[in-house]
Amino acid sequence: MASKKLLLEHIDVPGINTYDVYRQKGGYSSVEKALKSMTPETIVEEVKKSGLRGRGGAGFPAGMKWSFLAKPDGVPRHLLCNADESEPGTFKDRYLMEKIPHLLIEGMIVSSFALGANVSYIYIRGEYMWVSFILERAIAEAKANGFLGKNILGSGYDLELYVQVGGGAYICGEETALIESLEGKRGNPRMKPPFPAVKGLWQRPTVVNNVETIAAVVWILNNSGDDYAKIGVGKSTGTKLISASGNIKRQGVYEIDLGLPVDEFLNSDEYCGGMANGKRLKAVVPGGSSVPILPAELFYKTANGDARLMSYESLADGGFATGSMLGSGGFVVYDEDACIVRNTWNFTRFYNHESCGQCSPCREGTGWMLKVLHKLEHGQGSIQDIDLLWDIQRRIEGNTICPLGDAAAWPVASAIRHFREEFEWHVKNPKLCMERNYGLLESTKKFELVS
Amino acid sequence: MSHSYDIRVSNVTAKIPFPQEVLDKVIEIQTHYPEGKQKSALLPVLHLAQKQNEGWLSIPVMEYVAQLLNITAIEVFEVATFYSMYNLKPVGKYVLEVCRTGPCCLNGAEKAIEYIEKKIGCKVGETSPDKMFTLKTVECLGACGYAPMLQLGDSFVEFLTEEKIDTLLADLRSKA
Ligand SMILES: Cc1cc2nc3c(=O)[nH]c(=O)nc-3n(C[C@H](O)[C@H](O)[C@H](O)COP(=O)(O)O)c2cc1C
Ligand code: SF4
Ligand code: FES
Repeated sequence: MASKKLLLEHIDVPGINTYDVYRQKGGYSSVEKALKSMTPETIVEEVKKSGLRGRGGAGFPAGMKWSFLAKPDGVPRHLLCNADESEPGTFKDRYLMEKIPHLLIEGMIVSSFALGANVSYIYIRGEYMWVSFILERAIAEAKANGFLGKNILGSGYDLELYVQVGGGAYICGEETALIESLEGKRGNPRMKPPFPAVKGLWQRPTVVNNVETIAAVVWILNNSGDDYAKIGVGKSTGTKLISASGNIKRQGVYEIDLGLPVDEFLNSDEYCGGMANGKRLKAVVPGGSSVPILPAELFYKTANGDARLMSYESLADGGFATGSMLGSGGFVVYDEDACIVRNTWNFTRFYNHESCGQCSPCREGTGWMLKVLHKLEHGQGSIQDIDLLWDIQRRIEGNTICPLGDAAAWPVASAIRHFREEFEWHVKNPKLCMERNYGLLESTKKFELVS
Repeated sequence: MSHSYDIRVSNVTAKIPFPQEVLDKVIEIQTHYPEGKQKSALLPVLHLAQKQNEGWLSIPVMEYVAQLLNITAIEVFEVATFYSMYNLKPVGKYVLEVCRTGPCCLNGAEKAIEYIEKKIGCKVGETSPDKMFTLKTVECLGACGYAPMLQLGDSFVEFLTEEKIDTLLADLRSKA
């Protein structure tokens, strides 16, 4: 069954990036509804009922996060939209902002109203400079039409919305690093507590939400939280944008009902269209580079033999032993020719490069892992190196200020867990591993590859 | 992680003070924040400053930015050395920043990088002998589904092929 399109329904309408067309298609009606007939409390209640979970990666319930926001008298509060989108494999927020920027602006207005924020920011990665220009134009249009600025729609509610560009740093996607960066500093994550809901931007109560989370609020208010909760499966309510890349026929951004079987997502022509070039599936990273990699057989089925679904729970089924995570929805597909050792080395180099350097386990640990992986990838490693690698990643996880340390450890741990033989093959075949991949021949013996 | 600053290349090149329209923009950006929080303007202003200085930030330019925002120079250096988009040494007329992260590699990023190196006559991290191109590799730019890709100034060039790279380089050379 085709998934519902709550976010992307009008994405292909010519001119939908302009205010006029967006408005003709019913745009900004949630602002009218919210400001004329709802209170901040009833909006928070609707979002709670919807079961909407944060789409930035952690999946924390949005309504609950909103209800934690401190409201001390006389202290301004802020809503920050996290448009830093730097998790390898993820490009959905960019797609949404580029194609239908007013949806995000509309979401920012109703969400800011719900939180009592009068100045809100969209923090966007500096590399998306041209997207920031699209957003700025959309904001100017919304303002010219009375949806931003003073006394919006005569409701007495004021809101200014600004776009802030970053300077190129993955870590600024972490919410407290984002706040530091918005204060004009290095993106060093803060210790929690205090949480941003109590002391965030300029020590004021702050909510940080992902682009897609904020955009989803629009549909929830136009319809209802209950209607939203009817879509999806269990605690994975609503739809999710998935950025699909790698060795598939149709790369791109897809909106799916949560709970869609992974088989259908990967192989049906409506979505990824199956593997490219007649190759066989080797592995999938279902939720961005930070989440555990799954070999083909564990991707299609959980350890219990149930069909795996695109939902928070099903992708995580089996814990890290046999499962992974939905994460940011950065769905990366590897065919039989992909080298897992090389990919692990590549991801580790990424985390080492992006570590802010504040905590030793992350700063030093990612550097050590990189060195060991470099040896293994280049045919200079030993079997003990594989054990050493395992040991280092274990000492990073859980021992750092922010979750980047975990995010660096998990890809390494899962690669060794599921593909140890491929690491050993690199050790035993130092020359051969520089010429070709383990995947071409050897893996067919060890793994049951699924076409 | 942060990159170090090479003091040997800190000669002045920018036209200080910046032109009035840039100064107006700096003032406009500061209105986005509450009173006393003008330091928040630092990242956006550094982008503007870099554009005024042939694509990189020299020490005098950073000192000037500090004055504009009424903060200390060290606060500017701290930030400029942390973020990957700020260049701390001179760059070529065009900076080609090719993504080298995993998902792009699945679709030929490494080959594209090698091809560009060959075509412009320098390695990653270097500037071509004719000072036309600086080649950098960068981490995931949010274009994994459109790989291989590179960033050129404020825009992305995606689905790179050898022909596309040839055309791009020829276009840029003819514009220069
Ligand atoms: C290293 C790191 C990078 C992150 N990058 C992003 C990002 O690019 N975009 C994002 O929305 N959330 C990112 N997050 C998650 C944010 O910290 C935060 O949980 C999220 O923005 C909250 O919004 P949500 O609840 O709507 O998902 C990142 C977290 C970590 C630890
Ligand atoms: S875990 Fe890494 S990125 Fe996070 S604060 Fe520590 S050093 Fe910085
Ligand atoms: S991996 Fe290259 S853009 Fe994401």
